[in-house]
Amino acid sequence: MSPRILPAITLVASVAFAESGPPPWSERYDLPPPMPIPEGNEPTPARIELGRALFLFFDPRLSGPDWISCASCHNPALGWSDGLPVAFGTRPGEPPRATPTLFNVGYATVLMWDGRRRDLEHEALTSRNFEVADVVRRVAAIEGYAPLFEAAYPGEGITRQTIAKAIAAFERSIVSHDTPFDRWQRGEADAVSAAAKRGFALFRGKANCDACHHGYNFTDDGFHNIGLITPERFPQDPGRGKWVPIASQAGAFRTPTLREIGRTAPYMHNGIYATLEEVVEHYDRGGDVHPPRHPNIRPLGLTDREKADLLAFLHSLTTPDHEPFSLPNLPR
Amino acid sequence: MFEPILRLAPFLAALPGLAAHAADHQVRQHDKRFEPPQLRAKVGDVVHFLNDDPFYHNIYSLSETQPFDLGSYPQGESRPLKLERPGVIEVECALHPRMRMTIVVEE
Repeated sequence: MSPRILPAITLVASVAFAESGPPPWSERYDLPPPMPIPEGNEPTPARIELGRALFLFFDPRLSGPDWISCASCHNPALGWSDGLPVAFGTRPGEPPRATPTLFNVGYATVLMWDGRRRDLEHEALTSRNFEVADVVRRVAAIEGYAPLFEAAYPGEGITRQTIAKAIAAFERSIVSHDTPFDRWQRGEADAVSAAAKRGFALFRGKANCDACHHGYNFTDDGFHNIGLITPERFPQDPGRGKWVPIASQAGAFRTPTLREIGRTAPYMHNGIYATLEEVVEHYDRGGDVHPPRHPNIRPLGLTDREKADLLAFLHSLTTPDHEPFSLPNLPR
Repeated sequence: MFEPILRLAPFLAALPGLAAHAADHQVRQHDKRFEPPQLRAKVGDVVHFLNDDPFYHNIYSLSETQPFDLGSYPQGESRPLKLERPGVIEVECALHPRMRMTIVVEE
């Protein structure tokens, strides 16, 4: 078990069972909200370790198309994303979209850029790796998996459900909670620069970023059209509007977390911006496509120094010295 | 000359009756919640959705009973919805999908 995962388990366990029922809104920046955990899949170490093996192990031996795994796109070395503008696994006919990071995905109450999934177990069951009917047979054929499944899910066996639950348990352990910003929020006055502190004030003030990127995970779990250009080579993407066909949702996408943002370039649902500087410029000019767009997207009139302060703040949301992610010995 | 008024009389008489039965309800959006989260009302009643959050909301429903879209509007603004049919209306905010409420509309 890597040192990175241990505190994550502790955090998850401490917040997951603190209270039952729906999680309260997290408007606070210094305290994580309770992580929603479905009954029967509490994040035990055995489940997380099994999920980690499966997550990384969904390589050519097990995956549906024989060439893709969870980690092919959600690569821990690339901020649990892929570093690409749009995912290479995009199916024919699908709108091209960037791979979202998995950092703090366990807190999300809607998943995917268009919100078409609501829980990680369901997402794992419907992802491309589960398209072949014999995935269970393939996992079961590797003898070393049986005791791991028994330890994680006693008596439940190797099924599509237990495979999905283990992957979801692992994904919930991918947590960003010790950035310089977090340490500042916990009372370390010198954890971030003066520029970053000014940037946070702008974030909540003049720049109005926290209208959508608010709370511990810097997201409202909502859907907004922010006036992005669609590159000519891409088809128009209806975004949330495909599922909620009302005016405001045409071209609206889920507000992504800003945690570990320094590691998750390129940015936006279509990967149109390579740098955070470009992102800040987008918001400063009030977007590019008018209307439909979110009413809060409007020219900001930021000075060069204010832009630099905002960037300093955004970079304080990235853990500077990540523990290397260690690969498990995979069952044989 | 009183004939037209006499012809209208039954309708005029009905109007005060209607007004007496139709009620106004307020549903507030506060801290990204609907207050109240459930509402029981009658056909003809009007529900006023008041945005009491410092950001936009977009109240809508895709329910079969009465789909509607009130559009996006800021803090302090209220938009009305007249209940037209009996049934259950699942109401959501398009911008904040965790916000949900139910209106039970009775005859």
